[in-house]
Amino acid sequence: MAALDLLHTSSPVEPRNPAPVQLRNVVRQFGEQRVIDGLDLDIAPGEFVALLGASGSGKTTLLRTLAGLDNIDSGQLRVPLARAAVFQEPRLMPWKSAWKNVVLGLNIDNAKARAEEALTEVGLSHRLNAFPATLSGGEAQRVALARGLVREPKLLLLDEPFAALDALTRIRMHQLIIDLWRKHTPAVLLVTHDVDEAILLADRVIVLANGKIADELHIELPRQRSTGQAGFQAIRTRLLGLLGVEAGAEHTHESESAVDEPTHEKLRRFANAR
Amino acid sequence: MSDKTFDPHNADAGFFTVNKAERVDTSSGQRASTAKRWRAPDFVIRLVSPLVLLLLWELASQSGLLPSRVIAAPSQIGGTLWAMIASGELGKHLWVSLQRALLGLSIGVSIGVVAALITGLSKRGEVILDSPMQMLRTIPSLALVPLFILWFGIGEFTKIALIVTGTTFPVYLNLFSGIRNIDPKLIEAANTLGLNRRQLIWHVILPGSLPSFFVGLRYSLGISWLALVFVEQINTTAGIGYLASDARDFMRTDVIVICLLIYSVLGLVIDGIIRTLERYALAWRPTFVRN
Repeated sequence: MAALDLLHTSSPVEPRNPAPVQLRNVVRQFGEQRVIDGLDLDIAPGEFVALLGASGSGKTTLLRTLAGLDNIDSGQLRVPLARAAVFQEPRLMPWKSAWKNVVLGLNIDNAKARAEEALTEVGLSHRLNAFPATLSGGEAQRVALARGLVREPKLLLLDEPFAALDALTRIRMHQLIIDLWRKHTPAVLLVTHDVDEAILLADRVIVLANGKIADELHIELPRQRSTGQAGFQAIRTRLLGLLGVEAGAEHTHESESAVDEPTHEKLRRFANAR
Repeated sequence: MSDKTFDPHNADAGFFTVNKAERVDTSSGQRASTAKRWRAPDFVIRLVSPLVLLLLWELASQSGLLPSRVIAAPSQIGGTLWAMIASGELGKHLWVSLQRALLGLSIGVSIGVVAALITGLSKRGEVILDSPMQMLRTIPSLALVPLFILWFGIGEFTKIALIVTGTTFPVYLNLFSGIRNIDPKLIEAANTLGLNRRQLIWHVILPGSLPSFFVGLRYSLGISWLALVFVEQINTTAGIGYLASDARDFMRTDVIVICLLIYSVLGLVIDGIIRTLERYALAWRPTFVRN
Protein backbone atom coordinates (compact mmCIF):
# COMPACT_ATOMS: atom_id res chain seq x y z
CA MET A 1 0.00 0.00 0.00
CA ALA A 2 2.95 2.29 0.60
CA ALA A 3 3.66 2.30 -3.10
CA LEU A 4 0.29 3.69 -3.98
CA ASP A 5 -0.45 7.19 -5.05
CA LEU A 6 -3.53 8.79 -3.58
CA LEU A 7 -5.00 11.82 -5.27
CA HIS A 8 -8.14 13.73 -4.36
CA THR A 9 -9.08 11.36 -1.57
CA SER A 10 -12.26 12.97 -0.36
CA SER A 11 -13.53 9.58 0.79
CA PRO A 12 -11.11 6.76 1.56
CA VAL A 13 -10.95 4.00 -1.00
CA GLU A 14 -11.87 0.73 0.67
CA PRO A 15 -8.56 -0.94 1.61
CA ARG A 16 -9.76 -4.50 1.24
CA ASN A 17 -10.09 -3.98 -2.51
CA PRO A 18 -6.79 -5.16 -3.97
CA ALA A 19 -7.25 -3.50 -7.36
CA PRO A 20 -4.04 -1.63 -8.20
CA VAL A 21 -5.91 0.78 -10.43
CA GLN A 22 -9.03 2.47 -9.13
CA LEU A 23 -10.79 5.40 -10.69
CA ARG A 24 -13.96 6.92 -9.28
CA ASN A 25 -15.90 9.61 -11.07
CA VAL A 26 -12.76 10.94 -12.73
CA VAL A 27 -13.16 14.11 -14.80
CA ARG A 28 -10.60 15.69 -17.08
CA GLN A 29 -11.56 18.66 -19.18
CA PHE A 30 -9.82 20.92 -21.62
CA GLY A 31 -11.73 24.18 -21.61
CA GLU A 32 -15.39 23.33 -21.95
CA GLN A 33 -14.82 19.88 -23.38
CA ARG A 34 -14.90 17.01 -20.93
CA VAL A 35 -12.47 14.51 -22.39
CA ILE A 36 -12.98 12.15 -19.45
CA ASP A 37 -16.42 12.54 -17.99
CA GLY A 38 -17.10 10.77 -14.71
CA LEU A 39 -15.15 7.61 -15.41
CA ASP A 40 -15.17 4.61 -13.06
CA LEU A 41 -12.61 1.90 -13.65
CA ASP A 42 -10.98 -0.90 -11.67
CA ILE A 43 -8.15 -3.03 -12.95
CA ALA A 44 -7.39 -6.14 -10.93
CA PRO A 45 -3.81 -7.27 -10.21
CA GLY A 46 -2.41 -9.01 -13.24
CA GLU A 47 -5.44 -8.28 -15.37
CA PHE A 48 -4.98 -7.51 -19.08
CA VAL A 49 -7.39 -4.78 -20.11
CA ALA A 50 -7.72 -3.40 -23.61
CA LEU A 51 -9.20 0.01 -24.17
CA LEU A 52 -10.99 0.56 -27.45
CA GLY A 53 -12.54 3.73 -28.68
CA ALA A 54 -12.84 6.01 -31.66
CA SER A 55 -10.31 8.83 -31.82
CA GLY A 56 -11.31 11.61 -29.49
CA SER A 57 -13.00 9.21 -27.09
CA GLY A 58 -10.49 10.05 -24.36
CA LYS A 59 -8.50 6.84 -24.36
CA THR A 60 -5.11 8.46 -24.77
CA THR A 61 -5.95 11.06 -22.13
CA LEU A 62 -6.92 8.28 -19.76
CA LEU A 63 -3.65 6.48 -20.37
CA ARG A 64 -1.64 9.67 -19.89
CA THR A 65 -3.46 10.27 -16.64
CA LEU A 66 -2.60 6.80 -15.42
CA ALA A 67 1.01 7.29 -16.53
CA GLY A 68 1.23 10.45 -14.45
CA LEU A 69 1.68 12.66 -17.50
CA ASP A 70 -1.63 14.44 -17.04
CA ASN A 71 -3.71 15.57 -14.06
CA ILE A 72 -7.36 15.00 -13.34
CA ASP A 73 -9.75 17.84 -12.59
CA SER A 74 -11.93 16.00 -10.12
CA GLY A 75 -12.64 12.52 -8.82
CA GLN A 76 -10.53 9.84 -7.17
CA LEU A 77 -7.61 8.11 -8.75
CA ARG A 78 -5.29 5.45 -7.43
CA VAL A 79 -2.47 3.95 -9.46
CA PRO A 80 0.70 2.14 -8.38
CA LEU A 81 3.86 4.23 -8.46
CA ALA A 82 5.56 1.20 -9.96
CA ARG A 83 4.22 1.75 -13.44
CA ALA A 84 5.73 1.83 -16.89
CA ALA A 85 4.53 3.08 -20.24
CA VAL A 86 5.33 2.05 -23.81
CA PHE A 87 4.15 4.40 -26.53
CA GLN A 88 3.54 4.09 -30.23
CA GLU A 89 7.04 5.42 -30.95
CA PRO A 90 9.73 3.74 -28.88
CA ARG A 91 10.95 7.06 -27.40
CA LEU A 92 14.46 5.80 -26.83
CA MET A 93 17.24 8.29 -26.19
CA PRO A 94 19.10 8.24 -29.52
CA TRP A 95 22.43 8.99 -27.82
CA LYS A 96 22.31 6.01 -25.52
CA SER A 97 22.97 2.41 -26.44
CA ALA A 98 20.17 -0.11 -26.08
CA TRP A 99 21.26 -1.35 -22.66
CA LYS A 100 21.79 2.16 -21.30
CA ASN A 101 18.30 3.07 -22.46
CA VAL A 102 16.90 0.08 -20.61
CA VAL A 103 18.35 1.06 -17.23
CA LEU A 104 18.05 4.83 -17.69
CA GLY A 105 17.03 6.38 -14.40
CA LEU A 106 17.57 3.24 -12.34
CA ASN A 107 19.97 3.59 -9.44
CA ILE A 108 21.27 0.05 -9.23
CA ASP A 109 24.76 -1.42 -9.01
CA ASN A 110 24.58 -4.21 -11.55
CA ALA A 111 22.91 -2.08 -14.19
CA LYS A 112 24.48 -3.75 -17.19
CA ALA A 113 23.61 -7.25 -16.00
CA ARG A 114 20.02 -6.21 -15.34
CA ALA A 115 19.78 -4.58 -18.74
CA GLU A 116 21.21 -7.66 -20.40
CA GLU A 117 18.69 -9.84 -18.60
CA ALA A 118 15.81 -7.63 -19.69
CA LEU A 119 17.01 -7.44 -23.28
CA THR A 120 17.49 -11.20 -23.40
CA GLU A 121 13.86 -11.57 -22.36
CA VAL A 122 12.75 -9.63 -25.42
CA GLY A 123 15.21 -11.52 -27.63
CA LEU A 124 17.73 -8.73 -28.09
CA SER A 125 20.75 -10.00 -26.19
CA HIS A 126 22.82 -9.50 -29.33
CA ARG A 127 21.95 -5.80 -29.62
CA LEU A 128 23.12 -4.59 -26.19
CA ASN A 129 25.42 -1.88 -27.49
CA ALA A 130 23.44 -0.86 -30.55
CA PHE A 131 22.35 2.74 -30.92
CA PRO A 132 18.60 3.21 -31.45
CA ALA A 133 19.22 4.59 -34.96
CA THR A 134 20.49 1.17 -35.99
CA LEU A 135 17.51 -0.77 -34.63
CA SER A 136 14.52 -1.75 -36.73
CA GLY A 137 11.08 -0.55 -35.64
CA GLY A 138 10.27 -3.86 -33.97
CA GLU A 139 13.64 -4.03 -32.23
CA ALA A 140 13.33 -0.49 -30.92
CA GLN A 141 9.86 -1.26 -29.60
CA ARG A 142 11.21 -4.36 -27.87
CA VAL A 143 13.91 -2.25 -26.21
CA ALA A 144 11.16 0.10 -25.02
CA LEU A 145 9.30 -2.90 -23.64
CA ALA A 146 12.42 -4.13 -21.85
CA ARG A 147 12.91 -0.64 -20.45
CA GLY A 148 9.41 -0.74 -19.00
CA LEU A 149 9.60 -4.27 -17.61
CA VAL A 150 13.02 -3.91 -16.00
CA ARG A 151 11.30 -1.60 -13.49
CA GLU A 152 9.03 -4.49 -12.39
CA PRO A 153 5.85 -2.43 -12.83
CA LYS A 154 2.58 -3.29 -11.13
CA LEU A 155 0.88 -1.49 -14.00
CA LEU A 156 2.06 -1.60 -17.61
CA LEU A 157 0.55 1.03 -19.88
CA LEU A 158 0.68 0.38 -23.62
CA ASP A 159 -0.36 3.20 -25.93
CA GLU A 160 -0.88 1.63 -29.37
CA PRO A 161 2.59 0.10 -29.13
CA PHE A 162 2.19 -2.07 -32.21
CA ALA A 163 0.44 0.43 -34.47
CA ALA A 164 3.58 1.46 -36.34
CA LEU A 165 4.87 -2.08 -36.89
CA ASP A 166 4.42 -4.25 -39.95
CA ALA A 167 1.95 -7.14 -39.81
CA LEU A 168 4.52 -9.88 -39.23
CA THR A 169 6.35 -8.01 -36.51
CA ARG A 170 3.04 -7.18 -34.87
CA ILE A 171 2.05 -10.83 -34.63
CA ARG A 172 5.37 -11.67 -33.05
CA MET A 173 5.04 -8.77 -30.66
CA HIS A 174 1.59 -10.01 -29.61
CA GLN A 175 3.11 -13.34 -28.63
CA LEU A 176 5.98 -11.63 -26.85
CA ILE A 177 3.74 -9.33 -24.84
CA ILE A 178 1.61 -12.27 -23.67
CA ASP A 179 4.72 -14.22 -22.63
CA LEU A 180 6.12 -11.26 -20.73
CA TRP A 181 2.77 -10.52 -19.11
CA ARG A 182 2.55 -14.10 -17.88
CA LYS A 183 6.08 -13.96 -16.52
CA HIS A 184 5.95 -10.58 -14.79
CA THR A 185 2.19 -10.49 -14.07
CA PRO A 186 1.67 -6.73 -14.15
CA ALA A 187 -1.79 -5.33 -14.67
CA VAL A 188 -1.84 -4.17 -18.29
CA LEU A 189 -3.84 -1.41 -19.91
CA LEU A 190 -3.53 -1.55 -23.69
CA VAL A 191 -4.89 1.35 -25.69
CA THR A 192 -5.57 0.29 -29.25
CA HIS A 193 -7.87 0.93 -32.17
CA ASP A 194 -7.42 -2.57 -33.52
CA VAL A 195 -10.39 -4.69 -32.47
CA ASP A 196 -8.66 -7.97 -33.37
CA GLU A 197 -5.63 -7.06 -31.30
CA ALA A 198 -7.83 -6.28 -28.31
CA ILE A 199 -9.64 -9.63 -28.54
CA LEU A 200 -6.42 -11.57 -29.09
CA LEU A 201 -4.66 -10.15 -26.05
CA ALA A 202 -7.05 -8.93 -23.38
CA ASP A 203 -8.99 -10.48 -20.50
CA ARG A 204 -11.43 -7.61 -20.71
CA VAL A 205 -12.17 -5.12 -23.44
CA ILE A 206 -13.47 -1.71 -22.48
CA VAL A 207 -15.13 0.51 -25.05
CA LEU A 208 -14.75 4.18 -24.33
CA ALA A 209 -17.08 6.78 -25.82
CA ASN A 210 -17.42 10.44 -24.90
CA GLY A 211 -15.14 10.05 -21.92
CA LYS A 212 -17.21 7.27 -20.35
CA ILE A 213 -17.15 3.52 -20.44
CA ALA A 214 -19.78 2.70 -23.06
CA ASP A 215 -19.51 -1.03 -22.54
CA GLU A 216 -17.15 -3.74 -21.45
CA LEU A 217 -16.73 -7.31 -22.44
CA HIS A 218 -14.92 -10.16 -20.69
CA ILE A 219 -13.15 -12.26 -23.28
CA GLU A 220 -13.27 -15.84 -22.14
CA LEU A 221 -11.72 -17.42 -25.20
CA PRO A 222 -9.01 -19.88 -24.21
CA ARG A 223 -5.48 -18.72 -24.91
CA GLN A 224 -3.47 -19.18 -27.36
CA ARG A 225 -6.06 -17.21 -29.26
CA SER A 226 -6.37 -16.75 -32.95
CA THR A 227 -8.73 -14.86 -35.20
CA GLY A 228 -10.04 -18.15 -36.61
CA GLN A 229 -11.13 -19.39 -33.18
CA ALA A 230 -14.76 -20.27 -32.51
CA GLY A 231 -16.52 -17.31 -30.98
CA PHE A 232 -13.94 -14.79 -32.13
CA GLN A 233 -16.04 -13.37 -34.92
CA ALA A 234 -19.07 -13.01 -32.66
CA ILE A 235 -17.07 -10.93 -30.19
CA ARG A 236 -15.58 -8.94 -33.02
CA THR A 237 -18.97 -8.17 -34.49
CA ARG A 238 -20.28 -7.11 -31.13
CA LEU A 239 -17.34 -4.81 -30.42
CA LEU A 240 -17.53 -3.26 -33.86
CA GLY A 241 -21.19 -2.60 -33.19
CA LEU A 242 -20.31 -0.91 -29.91
CA LEU A 243 -17.76 1.21 -31.73
CA GLY A 244 -20.49 2.39 -34.06
CA VAL A 245 -19.37 0.63 -37.20
CA GLU A 246 -22.58 0.47 -39.23
CA ALA A 247 -24.15 -2.84 -40.14
CA GLY A 248 -23.58 -2.33 -43.86
CA ALA A 249 -19.98 -1.34 -43.45
CA GLU A 250 -19.47 -4.23 -41.12
CA HIS A 251 -20.76 -6.68 -43.69
CA THR A 252 -18.30 -5.61 -46.30
CA HIS A 253 -15.60 -5.73 -43.66
CA GLU A 254 -16.59 -9.26 -42.74
CA SER A 255 -16.74 -10.49 -46.28
CA GLU A 256 -13.29 -9.01 -46.72
CA SER A 257 -12.06 -10.65 -43.59
CA ALA A 258 -13.38 -14.03 -44.74
CA VAL A 259 -10.77 -13.87 -47.45
CA ASP A 260 -8.32 -12.25 -45.12
CA GLU A 261 -8.47 -14.81 -42.31
CA PRO A 262 -6.51 -17.70 -43.86
CA THR A 263 -3.83 -15.22 -44.91
CA HIS A 264 -3.66 -13.92 -41.38
CA GLU A 265 -3.33 -17.46 -40.06
CA LYS A 266 -0.56 -18.20 -42.49
CA LEU A 267 1.22 -15.04 -41.51
CA ARG A 268 0.88 -15.97 -37.90
CA ARG A 269 2.34 -19.42 -38.43
CA PHE A 270 5.13 -17.93 -40.46
CA ALA A 271 5.87 -15.33 -37.82
CA ASN A 272 5.90 -17.86 -35.00
CA ALA A 273 8.12 -20.22 -36.92
CA ARG A 274 10.86 -17.62 -37.16
CA MET B 1 19.23 -21.07 -68.77
CA SER B 2 15.56 -20.25 -69.24
CA ASP B 3 13.38 -22.02 -71.71
CA LYS B 4 11.56 -18.91 -72.73
CA THR B 5 13.47 -16.55 -74.94
CA PHE B 6 13.45 -12.88 -74.38
CA ASP B 7 12.42 -10.88 -77.37
CA PRO B 8 13.37 -7.25 -76.99
CA HIS B 9 12.32 -6.37 -80.53
CA ASN B 10 8.81 -7.40 -79.85
CA ALA B 11 8.66 -5.22 -76.75
CA ASP B 12 5.92 -2.70 -76.49
CA ALA B 13 6.81 0.96 -76.59
CA GLY B 14 5.46 1.20 -73.04
CA PHE B 15 8.26 -0.93 -71.58
CA PHE B 16 11.78 -0.27 -70.58
CA THR B 17 13.84 -3.28 -71.54
CA VAL B 18 17.35 -4.25 -70.56
CA ASN B 19 19.22 -6.96 -72.38
CA LYS B 20 22.80 -7.45 -71.35
CA ALA B 21 25.00 -10.33 -72.37
CA GLU B 22 26.24 -12.41 -69.49
CA ARG B 23 29.64 -11.26 -68.35
CA VAL B 24 32.32 -13.75 -69.36
CA ASP B 25 35.19 -13.79 -66.92
CA THR B 26 38.28 -14.76 -68.88
CA SER B 27 40.90 -15.08 -66.22
CA SER B 28 43.81 -14.48 -68.52
CA GLY B 29 46.20 -11.87 -67.14
CA GLN B 30 46.55 -10.33 -70.56
CA ARG B 31 43.08 -8.88 -70.64
CA ALA B 32 43.25 -7.68 -67.10
CA SER B 33 46.47 -5.81 -67.78
CA THR B 34 45.09 -4.06 -70.83
CA ALA B 35 41.94 -3.11 -68.93
CA LYS B 36 44.02 -1.84 -66.02
CA ARG B 37 46.05 0.58 -68.04
CA TRP B 38 47.79 3.23 -66.02
CA ARG B 39 45.55 6.13 -65.10
CA ALA B 40 46.61 9.23 -63.21
CA PRO B 41 45.24 9.13 -59.62
CA ASP B 42 42.34 11.47 -58.96
CA PHE B 43 44.27 13.84 -56.76
CA VAL B 44 46.81 14.45 -59.51
CA ILE B 45 44.01 15.35 -61.93
CA ARG B 46 42.54 17.60 -59.27
CA LEU B 47 45.86 19.42 -58.99
CA VAL B 48 46.12 20.14 -62.70
CA SER B 49 43.92 23.22 -62.88
CA PRO B 50 45.40 25.00 -59.82
CA LEU B 51 48.88 24.28 -61.14
CA VAL B 52 48.01 25.70 -64.54
CA LEU B 53 46.64 28.77 -62.83
CA LEU B 54 49.81 29.16 -60.77
CA LEU B 55 51.89 28.79 -63.89
CA LEU B 56 49.93 31.51 -65.69
CA TRP B 57 50.29 33.74 -62.64
CA GLU B 58 54.04 33.15 -62.54
CA LEU B 59 54.37 33.88 -66.25
CA ALA B 60 52.34 37.08 -65.89
CA SER B 61 54.54 38.21 -63.02
CA GLN B 62 57.80 37.39 -64.82
CA SER B 63 56.72 39.17 -67.98
CA GLY B 64 55.84 42.28 -65.97
CA LEU B 65 52.12 42.01 -66.72
CA LEU B 66 51.45 41.73 -62.97
CA PRO B 67 53.65 44.17 -61.06
CA SER B 68 54.73 42.99 -57.64
CA ARG B 69 53.01 45.90 -55.89
CA VAL B 70 49.70 44.44 -57.13
CA ILE B 71 50.62 40.89 -56.26
CA ALA B 72 53.90 39.07 -55.87
CA ALA B 73 54.91 36.16 -58.06
CA PRO B 74 54.23 32.66 -56.70
CA SER B 75 57.95 31.91 -56.71
CA GLN B 76 58.63 35.00 -54.65
CA ILE B 77 55.84 34.10 -52.20
CA GLY B 78 57.23 30.61 -51.87
CA GLY B 79 60.70 31.94 -51.23
CA THR B 80 59.51 34.40 -48.59
CA LEU B 81 57.40 31.71 -46.94
CA TRP B 82 60.38 29.42 -46.70
CA ALA B 83 62.56 32.20 -45.32
CA MET B 84 59.95 33.12 -42.71
CA ILE B 85 59.53 29.52 -41.63
CA ALA B 86 63.27 28.96 -41.48
CA SER B 87 63.90 32.08 -39.42
CA GLY B 88 61.12 31.13 -37.02
CA GLU B 89 59.42 34.46 -37.58
CA LEU B 90 56.24 32.90 -38.91
CA GLY B 91 56.06 30.42 -36.07
CA LYS B 92 56.40 33.18 -33.50
CA HIS B 93 53.57 35.27 -34.96
CA LEU B 94 51.38 32.24 -35.47
CA TRP B 95 51.81 31.16 -31.88
CA VAL B 96 50.87 34.62 -30.59
CA SER B 97 47.75 34.67 -32.78
CA LEU B 98 46.73 31.16 -31.78
CA GLN B 99 47.02 32.01 -28.11
CA ARG B 100 44.85 35.09 -28.52
CA ALA B 101 42.23 33.24 -30.52
CA LEU B 102 42.06 30.27 -28.18
CA LEU B 103 41.95 32.39 -25.04
CA GLY B 104 39.19 34.62 -26.41
CA LEU B 105 37.34 31.64 -27.82
CA SER B 106 37.44 29.60 -24.63
CA ILE B 107 36.19 32.51 -22.54
CA GLY B 108 33.50 33.40 -25.09
CA VAL B 109 32.30 29.81 -25.49
CA SER B 110 32.21 29.33 -21.72
CA ILE B 111 30.09 32.45 -21.24
CA GLY B 112 27.80 31.36 -24.08
CA VAL B 113 27.36 27.88 -22.63
CA VAL B 114 26.64 29.11 -19.12
CA ALA B 115 24.17 31.72 -20.37
CA ALA B 116 22.41 29.19 -22.62
CA LEU B 117 22.12 26.71 -19.76
CA ILE B 118 20.61 29.37 -17.52
CA THR B 119 18.07 30.52 -20.09
CA GLY B 120 17.47 27.11 -21.61
CA LEU B 121 16.88 25.20 -18.41
CA SER B 122 14.78 27.66 -16.42
CA LYS B 123 11.81 29.76 -17.34
CA ARG B 124 12.89 32.50 -14.95
CA GLY B 125 16.39 32.46 -16.38
CA GLU B 126 14.93 32.99 -19.84
CA VAL B 127 12.83 35.93 -18.67
CA ILE B 128 15.79 37.59 -16.98
CA LEU B 129 18.66 36.86 -19.33
CA ASP B 130 17.33 36.17 -22.80
CA SER B 131 16.23 39.64 -23.87
CA PRO B 132 19.50 41.37 -22.88
CA MET B 133 21.40 38.63 -24.73
CA GLN B 134 19.22 39.08 -27.80
CA MET B 135 19.82 42.84 -27.70
CA LEU B 136 23.56 42.51 -27.28
CA ARG B 137 23.89 39.98 -30.04
CA THR B 138 22.63 42.43 -32.65
CA ILE B 139 25.57 44.76 -31.98
CA PRO B 140 28.43 43.90 -34.35
CA SER B 141 31.31 43.21 -32.00
CA LEU B 142 33.74 45.21 -34.13
CA ALA B 143 31.56 48.27 -33.58
CA LEU B 144 32.57 48.04 -29.93
CA VAL B 145 36.21 48.75 -30.74
CA PRO B 146 36.13 52.48 -29.98
CA LEU B 147 34.35 51.93 -26.70
CA PHE B 148 36.63 49.09 -25.66
CA ILE B 149 39.69 51.15 -26.46
CA LEU B 150 38.39 53.93 -24.24
CA TRP B 151 37.58 51.50 -21.46
CA PHE B 152 40.44 49.06 -21.56
CA GLY B 153 43.11 50.89 -23.53
CA ILE B 154 44.83 49.43 -26.55
CA GLY B 155 46.45 46.52 -24.78
CA GLU B 156 45.89 42.79 -24.87
CA PHE B 157 42.70 43.01 -22.81
CA THR B 158 40.79 44.84 -25.52
CA LYS B 159 41.82 42.31 -28.13
CA ILE B 160 40.72 39.34 -26.08
CA ALA B 161 37.51 41.11 -25.04
CA LEU B 162 36.58 41.69 -28.67
CA ILE B 163 37.10 38.03 -29.54
CA VAL B 164 35.01 37.09 -26.51
CA THR B 165 32.10 39.29 -27.53
CA GLY B 166 32.20 37.87 -31.03
CA THR B 167 32.29 34.22 -30.02
CA THR B 168 29.78 34.21 -27.14
CA PHE B 169 26.59 34.66 -29.12
CA PRO B 170 26.77 31.92 -31.76
CA VAL B 171 27.25 29.36 -29.00
CA TYR B 172 24.57 30.95 -26.86
CA LEU B 173 21.94 31.08 -29.59
CA ASN B 174 22.52 27.60 -30.93
CA LEU B 175 22.76 25.86 -27.58
CA PHE B 176 19.68 27.68 -26.30
CA SER B 177 17.60 26.63 -29.29
CA GLY B 178 19.09 23.13 -29.07
CA ILE B 179 17.93 22.80 -25.49
CA ARG B 180 14.48 24.15 -26.29
CA ASN B 181 14.03 21.99 -29.37
CA ILE B 182 14.57 18.61 -27.74
CA ASP B 183 11.72 16.28 -28.66
CA PRO B 184 9.11 16.76 -25.90
CA LYS B 185 8.26 13.08 -26.27
CA LEU B 186 11.73 12.19 -24.99
CA ILE B 187 11.28 14.50 -22.02
CA GLU B 188 7.93 12.83 -21.38
CA ALA B 189 9.53 9.39 -21.62
CA ALA B 190 12.19 10.50 -19.16
CA ASN B 191 9.46 11.63 -16.78
CA THR B 192 7.63 8.31 -16.96
CA LEU B 193 10.96 6.60 -16.26
CA GLY B 194 11.19 8.58 -13.04
CA LEU B 195 14.26 10.66 -13.85
CA ASN B 196 14.82 13.56 -11.49
CA ARG B 197 15.72 17.00 -12.77
CA ARG B 198 19.46 16.52 -12.49
CA GLN B 199 19.27 13.18 -14.34
CA LEU B 200 16.98 14.71 -16.95
CA ILE B 201 19.51 17.45 -17.68
CA TRP B 202 22.48 15.09 -17.71
CA HIS B 203 21.01 12.15 -19.63
CA VAL B 204 18.51 13.84 -21.92
CA ILE B 205 18.85 17.59 -22.34
CA LEU B 206 22.63 17.98 -22.60
CA PRO B 207 23.28 15.09 -24.99
CA GLY B 208 20.24 16.13 -27.01
CA SER B 209 21.49 19.68 -27.47
CA LEU B 210 25.08 18.71 -28.24
CA PRO B 211 24.62 18.79 -32.05
CA SER B 212 23.39 22.39 -31.84
CA PHE B 213 26.31 23.26 -29.59
CA PHE B 214 28.72 22.05 -32.24
CA VAL B 215 27.03 24.20 -34.87
CA GLY B 216 27.51 27.20 -32.61
CA LEU B 217 31.10 26.25 -31.91
CA ARG B 218 31.93 26.20 -35.59
CA TYR B 219 30.47 29.65 -36.09
CA SER B 220 32.41 30.90 -33.08
CA LEU B 221 35.67 29.52 -34.41
CA GLY B 222 35.16 31.29 -37.70
CA ILE B 223 34.38 34.54 -35.92
CA SER B 224 37.40 34.23 -33.66
CA TRP B 225 39.69 34.26 -36.72
CA LEU B 226 37.78 37.13 -38.26
CA ALA B 227 38.08 39.16 -35.06
CA LEU B 228 41.76 38.29 -34.89
CA VAL B 229 42.52 39.87 -38.26
CA PHE B 230 40.91 43.03 -37.05
CA VAL B 231 42.17 43.34 -33.47
CA GLU B 232 45.73 42.54 -34.42
CA GLN B 233 45.90 45.75 -36.38
CA ILE B 234 45.46 47.77 -33.19
CA ASN B 235 48.82 48.50 -31.59
CA THR B 236 50.40 45.09 -31.92
CA THR B 237 53.93 43.90 -32.38
CA ALA B 238 53.17 40.27 -33.02
CA GLY B 239 50.54 38.07 -34.61
CA ILE B 240 49.38 37.24 -38.11
CA GLY B 241 47.23 40.37 -38.31
CA TYR B 242 50.23 42.48 -37.35
CA LEU B 243 52.30 40.75 -40.00
CA ALA B 244 49.69 41.61 -42.62
CA SER B 245 49.29 45.25 -41.65
CA ASP B 246 53.04 45.66 -41.38
CA ALA B 247 53.44 44.16 -44.83
CA ARG B 248 50.87 46.58 -46.16
CA ASP B 249 53.00 49.51 -44.94
CA PHE B 250 55.99 48.14 -46.82
CA MET B 251 53.98 47.03 -49.85
CA ARG B 252 55.06 43.42 -49.30
CA THR B 253 52.29 41.68 -51.21
CA ASP B 254 54.10 38.37 -50.80
CA VAL B 255 53.77 38.53 -47.00
CA ILE B 256 50.11 39.53 -47.25
CA VAL B 257 49.39 36.51 -49.41
CA ILE B 258 51.21 34.30 -46.92
CA CYS B 259 49.01 35.65 -44.12
CA LEU B 260 45.90 34.90 -46.15
CA LEU B 261 47.15 31.40 -46.81
CA ILE B 262 47.74 30.84 -43.13
CA TYR B 263 44.23 31.94 -42.26
CA SER B 264 42.71 29.53 -44.73
CA VAL B 265 44.93 26.62 -43.70
CA LEU B 266 44.15 27.22 -40.02
CA GLY B 267 40.45 27.39 -40.82
CA LEU B 268 40.68 24.00 -42.51
CA VAL B 269 42.68 22.47 -39.66
CA ILE B 270 40.27 23.69 -37.01
CA ASP B 271 37.27 22.52 -38.98
CA GLY B 272 38.94 19.12 -39.20
CA ILE B 273 39.43 19.06 -35.43
CA ILE B 274 35.76 19.92 -34.83
CA ARG B 275 34.69 17.23 -37.29
CA THR B 276 36.73 14.67 -35.39
CA LEU B 277 35.22 15.79 -32.10
CA GLU B 278 31.73 15.51 -33.57
CA ARG B 279 32.40 12.07 -34.94
CA TYR B 280 33.34 10.96 -31.46
CA ALA B 281 30.75 12.86 -29.42
CA LEU B 282 27.82 12.37 -31.80
CA ALA B 283 28.55 8.77 -32.74
CA TRP B 284 24.89 7.94 -32.15
CA ARG B 285 23.62 10.13 -34.98
CA PRO B 286 22.21 8.22 -37.94
CA THR B 287 24.63 9.92 -40.37
CA PHE B 288 27.59 8.59 -38.41
CA VAL B 289 26.01 5.31 -37.42
CA ARG B 290 25.33 4.30 -41.02
CA ASN B 291 28.99 4.58 -41.99
